[in-house]
Amino acid sequence: MRVPVSWLREYVDLPAELTARDLAAGLISVGLEVETVDEIGADITGPIVLGRVREIEELTGFKKPIRYCRVDVGAANGTGEPQGIVCGARNFSEGDPVVVALPGATLPGGFAISARTTYGRVSEGMICSATELGLWEDHTGIVVLPEGLGEPGADIHDLLGLREDVLDIAVTPDRGYTLSIRGVAREAAATYGVSFHDPADVPVSGTAEGGYPATVADPAICSRYVLRGVTGFDPDAESPLWMKRRLAQTGVRPISLAVDVTNYVLMELGQPLHAWDRDKLRGPIEVRLAHSGEQLETLDHVKRSLDPDDILITDESGPINIAGVMGGATTEIDPTSTNVIIEAAHFSETHIARASRRHQLSSESSRRFERGVDSELQLAAATRAVNLLAEFGGAGVEEGYTHIDLSVAREPITIDERLPARVSGVDYPAGTTVRRLREVGCAVEEAGQTLWVTPPSWRPDITDPNDLAEEVIRLEGYGEIPSIPPRAPAGRGLTSGQRIRRAVGRGLAGAGFIETLSYPFVGEGHFDGLRLGPDDERRRAVRLTNPLNDDEPLLRTTLLPGLLRTLVRNVGRGFNDVALFEIGLVYLPKEGAPEYAPMPPVDRGPTPEERANLEEALPEQPRRVAAVLAGNRELSGWWGKGRQATWADAIEAAREVGRAAGAELRPRPADDSPWHPGRCAALYVVNNSDGGSGAGTLVGHAGELHPRVIGSYGLPARTVAMEVELDVIEAARTTVRAPEISGYPVAAQDVALVVDNSVLAADVEEALRSGAGDLLESVRLFDVYTGEQVGEGRKSLAYNLRFRAGDRTLTAEETTVARDAAVAAAASRTGAVLRG
Amino acid sequence: MSAPNDSYDPVEVTPLHPDEVARMRDEALAAIAAASSLEELKEVRIAYAGDRSPLALANREIGSLPPSARAEAGQRVGGARREISEALKERGAVLEEERDNRVLVEEAVDVTLGWDRRPRGARHPLTTIAERMTDIFVNMGFEVAEGPEVEAEWYNFDALNFLPDHPARTMQDTFFVEAPSGGESGLVLRTHTSPVQVRALLDRPLPVYVVAPGKTFRTDELDATHTPVFHQLEGMVVDENITMAHLRGAIDAFVHSMFGAGLRTRFRPYYFPFTEPSGEVDLECFVCRGESVGNPDAPCRTCGSEGWIELGGCGMINPRVLVAAGVDTERYSGWAFGIGVERTLMFAHGVRDMRDMVEGDVRFASAFGMEV
Ligand SMILES: [Zn+2]
Repeated sequence: MRVPVSWLREYVDLPAELTARDLAAGLISVGLEVETVDEIGADITGPIVLGRVREIEELTGFKKPIRYCRVDVGAANGTGEPQGIVCGARNFSEGDPVVVALPGATLPGGFAISARTTYGRVSEGMICSATELGLWEDHTGIVVLPEGLGEPGADIHDLLGLREDVLDIAVTPDRGYTLSIRGVAREAAATYGVSFHDPADVPVSGTAEGGYPATVADPAICSRYVLRGVTGFDPDAESPLWMKRRLAQTGVRPISLAVDVTNYVLMELGQPLHAWDRDKLRGPIEVRLAHSGEQLETLDHVKRSLDPDDILITDESGPINIAGVMGGATTEIDPTSTNVIIEAAHFSETHIARASRRHQLSSESSRRFERGVDSELQLAAATRAVNLLAEFGGAGVEEGYTHIDLSVAREPITIDERLPARVSGVDYPAGTTVRRLREVGCAVEEAGQTLWVTPPSWRPDITDPNDLAEEVIRLEGYGEIPSIPPRAPAGRGLTSGQRIRRAVGRGLAGAGFIETLSYPFVGEGHFDGLRLGPDDERRRAVRLTNPLNDDEPLLRTTLLPGLLRTLVRNVGRGFNDVALFEIGLVYLPKEGAPEYAPMPPVDRGPTPEERANLEEALPEQPRRVAAVLAGNRELSGWWGKGRQATWADAIEAAREVGRAAGAELRPRPADDSPWHPGRCAALYVVNNSDGGSGAGTLVGHAGELHPRVIGSYGLPARTVAMEVELDVIEAARTTVRAPEISGYPVAAQDVALVVDNSVLAADVEEALRSGAGDLLESVRLFDVYTGEQVGEGRKSLAYNLRFRAGDRTLTAEETTVARDAAVAAAASRTGAVLRG
Repeated sequence: MSAPNDSYDPVEVTPLHPDEVARMRDEALAAIAAASSLEELKEVRIAYAGDRSPLALANREIGSLPPSARAEAGQRVGGARREISEALKERGAVLEEERDNRVLVEEAVDVTLGWDRRPRGARHPLTTIAERMTDIFVNMGFEVAEGPEVEAEWYNFDALNFLPDHPARTMQDTFFVEAPSGGESGLVLRTHTSPVQVRALLDRPLPVYVVAPGKTFRTDELDATHTPVFHQLEGMVVDENITMAHLRGAIDAFVHSMFGAGLRTRFRPYYFPFTEPSGEVDLECFVCRGESVGNPDAPCRTCGSEGWIELGGCGMINPRVLVAAGVDTERYSGWAFGIGVERTLMFAHGVRDMRDMVEGDVRFASAFGMEV
C-alpha cells in the first residue's frame, strides 16, 4: 500500500513538524512494515510557474506540426514580457493556463531546462506534460490547468503538489484494513495519540427504497450488498488534477473519471467498488454461486469457465461479474456511458481467495476481499463514490439505493483486563487495556477485571483473546518488554544420533573430504545415468506437483546424483583432485501408503491413531552419508609421487563413517549399480539384529564407479564413491567396555598363507582370528603377493599375528601352538597353505 | 705430606716418584687439551687413562712397595688419575657439543617447503554455523528436536493455524508432493521448521524447551539472495507463566553469545499465523553499531547503513497451535522464534551471494575449515 503523506494528514492531526521518515519509524513501531519512503518530486527544482498562452503561431515546413507560443508568465521571467516557447503538443488553445518550466529549472531525472534554438526559433523554456513533471503517465499532450488555480507567474510546486512523500507499506495478511488511507490514518492516530477523522463518515443521502433491484442467494457468500446509481453523467468529464495525482502516487494509472472515482474510494476507504453502465444491465441482479458449465467473458476479453465455487453477479442475461475478482465485458463502462451503477459488497473472504487463485486474477480488489474488508462500510463507500461522480461528472445521484444487509452481529470476546500484562510480562497501568482497545475501535464493556470486547467491523482478524492482547502490547510498544534470561530445566544435550552426525562430519573432513549441501531435486535422467534397472527400488521416488525445473520433478532416493554433479562442477572449475561428501536425507515412498495424508481437526490434539495415520502417509526419510573422490588421493610433490584415489579409498571413507559412529563396517564383494561390478563392496554393520548369524546388516556400498556411469555423468576416469545409511549405523552402536591393558610383553608371529585368488582376504583373516584363540591381540595383513612362486591363480597373504596374555609372559611354545591353531583354521576354512 | 721413605730400592720404584707422577699427569693433561676431535680424544684416553697407560702401570707397582709406603703412593697416583679422568670428561663434553652443533647445522632443512600431500577437508559453514547456533541453546538447557523434510500439510500448515484459504498459506511458496495417482497428497516439502514445534509438543512431556535446526523449502529460483532449499533454526519454549519477556531474554542471550556481549535488540510487531502476538527481531549492527546511519562517508555493508540487521521472526505461540498440539492453554503458554541460517552466515561472515553457499565449490567450504 502506497500512502501519500498529505492524503493521510487529511484524516489524522499529525504534528506539522513530523517528517515522513519519523512517521515511517512510528508506524513500524506499531507493526506496519514501511519498506521505503519515496520522496516524489524532490529532484524538481527551479522556476516552474503557471503560464497563460497568449498567442499560438503554427510553424510549417517541418516533419510534424510545431507551435511557437507566447506565454504570459507574469514577472517570473524578470521582464514581465511574454515568454517565447516552442511546443510540439496540440491539445491546448490560446488563453489556456499551462505549466511552464523556465530556463534554470530541473525536471525529474535531472532534465535541465535552458533557452535554446529549435525549429528556427529561440525557445525560452518548456510547456510541460504530466509525464515530464512526474505526475502520471500521459502521452496525449501537455497539462492544461483548470481555471482559478492562480495568476501567471505563480509557483507551481505547491499549486500542483509536485513534492510529496509516499510511504510504501508491505501489508501483512492480518492487517487488511491498512490497505487504505483510512486504516493507516487510524494507526497513525493511535501511534501519536492524536485525533482521527474517519473519511467513512459520509452523510448518506436518499432512501433504501427504489434502488436497482437485487437479491443475494446466500448470506454465506455475501453479507452486505449495496447498489447506488447516478444519471446524466458526463462521460467526457475529466478527473480533477489532485485525484489523478493521488491515484498515480498510490500506483494506479488515471483512466477516466468513472474509473478513477472507484479507484480513489478503494484507496481511501479500502472498499472495492464496481461500476456498471446501467443501460447495459438486463433486469434484476442476483448474487449467487456459479452453476457448472457457466461462462463469462471478462473485462480482459478472456472467456472464462466458471467454477461452482465462484461467486457471481448475474442479471437476466446470465453472469456479468466474477464477484470481487473481475467484471464482465458486456456491462462495463464505456466512453458513452451516462447512467452508472456503483456496487459495494462484502463477499466471503475464502471464496474470493479461491476464485482469485483459480482464475489467476489478483487485483487491488481481490487482495482486499481476501484479507477481509470492513463489513459495515459498503453504503458509505458507495455514497462517497456517487457524490464524487456528481461533483466532477455533473451527474445526479439517484434518491433510492439498494442495501441488502444479511450480516450477523459479532459476538464479544471475553478477556481479563490483565491478559496483555500476562502475555507481555509488562506491568501496565490500570485502564491501559480498555483505553488501547477503544483506540483501535473495539467496543468494550467492563465488569471488574473482566472485559467484553467487540472488535470493530474493519478488524475481522481479531478473533481471540491473544489478538486483543497484541493490540494493547504493540500500541504500548514492544520496546517496553523486559528481557528475562531463560530458565530451562537441566537439558539432556544432544542425542547420540546428533552427536554421531557431527562426529561423522568431522571425521570425513579430517580425512580430507569437503562437505557439500546439494539440492534434493532429481529426474529420471539421473537414474538412467546411474544405470539403475527399470525395477530398481531407487526409481520409486517422491514426485513434486510444482517442481522448479520440469526435468527434475523427483526427490532424491540416493545422494549420489547431487554429489556427482558437484564433482563435475568443481572439475570444470579446474580442480582435478576432489573429495566431497554430503550428509542428508533421501526420500523413499512407503509401499501401500495412503493416497492422501489425513487432516485431523485442530480444535484438539490428534489421537495416537491420527498421528500414526499421518506418519504412515509420509515417505521414509533415512539419513545417508555419501562421498565421491576423483584424481589423486595424495598429491605428488617434492616428497615424491602422488597416489590416485581407488576403490579402497571409497571403502575406507565408508569405514571412517563407521568408526566415527562407533561401529565397524565390513565389506563383502557386491555387484550393484552404479558401481564397477568387480570393484564394488557391500558394507555390513555388525549388530544384534541379524538373528545371530554374524552377517550383519547391509548399510550401503562403496567402490569404483562403473565406466559407463563415469561416461554419462562426465566424471574423471576411475572416480570412486560410497553411500551408507547413517541411521542403521547409529543403531548398531553399542556401549564401549573399557579394554584390559596388559603390561606383559607381546609375542609376534608372521605367517604367509597361499590361497586361491577367489578366496577373500576377509575370510582368511576371520579364520585366523577364530583359530588363534583368546591370546590373539591383533591380526594385520601386511603383504599380498602373486607370481610364479605361488603358482597360477593363487595369491600369498602375509599376516602379522600378535599374541599377548593378561597375566603372564607367553612362552615360545604357547605362541607357536596358538599360531598353528590359527593356520589350521585358515587351512580348513579357506584351503590356505602355509608358504614354505 | 709424610717424610720421604728410603727403606726401598729407589730404582725399582721410579714410576712412583712424586716428580714422575706429576710429569705423567702433566703430559696427559696437555694431550687432552690438545685433542681437537672426539676421535683424537679417544686415542688420548687409551694412551693416558687406558689399562696400559703409564699411570695404570705405575699403579700396579704400588703393591711392590713396603706396606708403610703404599698409602702415600696410592694417594698420589689415584689423585693424578682422577685429575686426568675429570679432564677427559670435560674435554669430551666440549668436543661433543662442538660436534653436535656442526652436525645439526649440516642437517638443517628448508621448513618452508610446502606440504599438501593430502588435500585438506572441510565441513560446510552452514552446517557448522547451525551447530554453533544450536549449541548456544543447548548450553541454556534446550534439547534438539527434529522432524521430516517431506511433511504432512497438517503439521506444516493446519496445526500452525494456517487456515486452508488464508492468504498466509498461499503466500508461502510451497512445493507440493503429488499423490501416486497424480492428485493431491496432503504432503509438502516443509516451508519452515515450525512443524517441529507441534511434533516436539506431541512427543515430549511438558515443559518443553527445544531448538530445531533444519532444511526448509520454498519455490524460489536460485539467485544472489534466494534459494529454494535453505535452513532455519527454530526455538520454542512451552512452560507455565511464560511471557514475551522470556522470549526477549532468550533472544538476547543468543545474540550476545553469537555476535557479541552488550549488543541491543529491537522487537517490531509483525504477523505470523502461529504466533500471537508476533514480532520481528532486529539486531544492532555488530560491525558499525549504528555509526553508519546517516553517515555516507562511512557506509556499512553488513547492515546497509541501517544500523540494524533483521534477525528473524518470533512471538508467543498462538494458543490455537497449543490446542492443536494437545496442550492445556489454561496452564501453559510459550514462545517461539525462527532464524535463517543462510542469512546469519551471510551477515556474520560477509557472504555476498547465496549461490556460493549452494554450488558446492570446494573453495567456499575450504575457506571456513572445520568450524566457523
Ligand atoms: Zn552496520
